[in-house]
Amino acid sequence: MFEHYLSLFVKSIFIENMALAFFLGMCTFLGVSKRVETAIGLGIAVVVVQAITVPVNNLIYTNVLKEGALSWVGLPDVDLSFLGYITYIGVIAAIVQILEMFLDKFVPSLYNALGIFLPLITVNCAIMGGSLFMVERNYTFGESVVYGFGSGIGWALAIIALAGIRERLKYSNPPKALRGLGLTFITAGLMAMAFMLFSGIQL
Amino acid sequence: MSKKLSYKEILFDPVFKNNPIALQILGICSALAVTSKMETAVVMALAVTLVTAFSNFFVSLIRKHVPSSIRILVEMTIIASLVIIADQLIRAFAFEISKQLSVYVGLIITNCIVMGRAEAYALKNPPVESFLDGIGNGLGYSFILLTVGFFRELFGSGTLFGISILPTVSSGGWYTTNGLLLMPPSAFFLIGLLIWVIRTLKPEQRESD
Repeated sequence: MFEHYLSLFVKSIFIENMALAFFLGMCTFLGVSKRVETAIGLGIAVVVVQAITVPVNNLIYTNVLKEGALSWVGLPDVDLSFLGYITYIGVIAAIVQILEMFLDKFVPSLYNALGIFLPLITVNCAIMGGSLFMVERNYTFGESVVYGFGSGIGWALAIIALAGIRERLKYSNPPKALRGLGLTFITAGLMAMAFMLFSGIQL
Repeated sequence: MSKKLSYKEILFDPVFKNNPIALQILGICSALAVTSKMETAVVMALAVTLVTAFSNFFVSLIRKHVPSSIRILVEMTIIASLVIIADQLIRAFAFEISKQLSVYVGLIITNCIVMGRAEAYALKNPPVESFLDGIGNGLGYSFILLTVGFFRELFGSGTLFGISILPTVSSGGWYTTNGLLLMPPSAFFLIGLLIWVIRTLKPEQRESD
């Protein structure tokens, strides 16, 4: 059992890296990766939110939305899975909001560090994608905890690495039209190629 | 945007001048993931265009009645409902493609184009203009998606829409397929190069730093 979780954890960080293999959370990945410091802040925020939302959505899916899941209230024929998207995004928005208020009240130093990034996370596709993949792959509750945590770390790793490379890129001299976004895309492409090396690993 | 734009400008500006992907960095996730084939790219482009247009329209309709503190929540609800409709339609009429698109249809909700345009445009403008702005940005998105999809499918598997264009070696032709183009990284390179081309043609879009 432990081995299974461990391999899922490693898989979700490296082999199925959210940012570089599935292109999730790209907008923030390319937009907020100019400096390593901000990238670390955003990375941590994503790990925290991802680790909470995926298991919560898993519970909601298995107990309320899934076909036949409502049999515990005497409605065995009801299939609410079409309400999935709207529920997940609602859960994500609510958790981000709660987390924001909680941090503001109890851990102000962390709140100040993460402050601007937290609202951004609601529309980060990596978070939504995590929940959708969890549903598509039928993860159990235990697996969804591991998957949420692992995929968050994978995304954080990718954005911090990209920010590190972009900080150094400032000293290079690319063609004028390629500067900024174009070069960032190509850098991310090279990073994705490097991460493809992991794809051959069988766990 | 101080001066009043004509409908035509609203519709076509986002395609080249102010492309959502190449300039505004919006909606990149799905642009990369669904472009290994033209078929999926077309369906995705259509879905995003329609969702953007209608969400812009509805957000704009109610823009004067929603307090700004809960506007994001309201926008999210509108967008999520539209995406559910789009998803159910794709599942009903193109089930095979919906399997290939997997989670990316659902991810239209968090596609920043939809949200970004609702925030940046629909909240300040009347419904008809907002609707056109949505279509226009959808077209800009489609333009990039189809260009990338075209190159990836043509050179990656020698086909377009599943019809063989370059006869591949494996089926007795002469074209050796380029496997890299079917892999994720190639999408990054292609969009990077596309941005390079657009910015060479339109120097005013270059970044200063």
